[in-house]
Amino acid sequence: MMRGLKQLSGVDLKLYVREPVAAFFTLAFPPLLLVLFGAIYGNDPDPLFGGLGAMDISIPAYTGLILGSVGLMSVPITTAGYRERGVLRRFRATPLKPTTYIVADVLTNLVMTVFGMVALVAVGWALYRIRFDGHVLDLAAALVLSALALFAGGYLIAGLAPGARSAQIIGMVVFYPMIFLSGATVPLEVMPESVRRISTFVPLTYAVRLLRGMWFGEPWREHMLDVAVLVGLLLVCGTLASRFFRWGES
Amino acid sequence: METAIIVEDLRKRYDEVQAVDGATFDVKVGEIFGMVGPNGAGKTTAIECIEGLRRPDGGVIRVLGLDPGSEAEELRLRIGVQLQESNLPDRLRVREALELFASFYPSSETPDELLVLLGLEEKARTPWGRLSGGQKQRLFIALALVNRPELVFLDELTTGLDPQARRHMWDLVRVIREQGRTVFLTTHFMEEAERLCDRVAIMDQGKIVALESPTGLIRSLGIDRRLSFAIEQDCPDLKLDELPLVERVERVGERTVVYGQGDRLVSIVVNAAEAAGAGLRDVRTEDPSLEDVFLRLTGREMRES
Repeated sequence: MMRGLKQLSGVDLKLYVREPVAAFFTLAFPPLLLVLFGAIYGNDPDPLFGGLGAMDISIPAYTGLILGSVGLMSVPITTAGYRERGVLRRFRATPLKPTTYIVADVLTNLVMTVFGMVALVAVGWALYRIRFDGHVLDLAAALVLSALALFAGGYLIAGLAPGARSAQIIGMVVFYPMIFLSGATVPLEVMPESVRRISTFVPLTYAVRLLRGMWFGEPWREHMLDVAVLVGLLLVCGTLASRFFRWGES
Repeated sequence: METAIIVEDLRKRYDEVQAVDGATFDVKVGEIFGMVGPNGAGKTTAIECIEGLRRPDGGVIRVLGLDPGSEAEELRLRIGVQLQESNLPDRLRVREALELFASFYPSSETPDELLVLLGLEEKARTPWGRLSGGQKQRLFIALALVNRPELVFLDELTTGLDPQARRHMWDLVRVIREQGRTVFLTTHFMEEAERLCDRVAIMDQGKIVALESPTGLIRSLGIDRRLSFAIEQDCPDLKLDELPLVERVERVGERTVVYGQGDRLVSIVVNAAEAAGAGLRDVRTEDPSLEDVFLRLTGREMRES
């Protein structure tokens, strides 16, 4: 059913871009943040960030922000919305396989994340000549792992929420504290000790740390804890999400 | 005649409600088969069990020789389905929807043919969220036809449509049958079943209470035809209740209502009145409908149940 997968992913991408709110938060909001905070802090090397500039470290951090908004907002809202409105039921009456549906959805969200990251990097490069010291493949691996872990969380939220509205609320309740407590918006280096302690319980922290590590070319062995947490999150949320997934209400 | 669907003793329960309570019927290849009954009678549950979208608690179902439970995958290639409560993504355009659903099947109609058949050519670029109710239903029919199915399921196709759109749908259903497909539809409009279906199963509280052609049902239950009129001058010679075929005569205000059966009822009454010199004004005939059949079978009006 490769034809179905290709067609569905293509359609999903178009629909994503046509949804102004989701497209804004994925593609436009992170570069805007970069411009805003760049105007405040600039990108001069800072001993606090190990000699990197505030904008340099913001690139992998905001990539975490994109992952959070795609995985914890777009995924649950779309999935629960499709379920509530009977879109999934209509798909289920065709030979489309459930796996094909999910794979297309994950691919779409991954591609949108990459688009968002490209927009971010482009603006960062144009305005601040941001540094990249890592390898593209390492970064890509870190991105895919982080994305799958967060998306799995999103599908789980969709499965647990009774309807689209509650999925959105749960998504927001998880998303907003998480982006401030993980270093995805404000670097943890400037946070008080108490916040840093809380951040160790926030899954997104590990994604941001891993992405930052790979962005600046740190070896994987320094990030085994991040990898372990993300793999664990993926397995637990993924298993629970498939357990609670529903094609329709009732 | 070949059989498209066999259902034996179908049962399905939700918590407190026995939605389908031992339904048995079959659908023949090439017919338009209607399942009629009030809302909540169990029609949608039954049709969704047959489509393989719900798992029944008991009973046997064979659709095109397949078990919808264990052979759902093969079945879905061969049937077309329009669901009662479903939607497409709001921003998905008509042509995109047709292309997308076509990609789910190994062979399919081209979107252009379907756009023409359903009269949606001008809406090809319109997103789902901006279609009218009738246009949405037409797109759903197009999607149900995209894989050239042998058997098409239409669940409450015309609910929420205005009378003109409803008639348009009826024409479409006839076209689908003329293409050689079997149609299984549910409706709570008795008129729809009467106009459209070769055979109807009347469902009430999860049970099939009758199964026949609409005219056969009306005839077999001996439901009277009504003939009403005003008489210009009273005429003692005219003894309506003694005429052949007449069963009962009632006076309602100015009007006289004659109940009886048979195609010749009207001509017998009118001729007798002429012969007696009684001028009839404002003659109206009212044929029994499936509404009357339902009333007779269940003791309740369709609307109140």
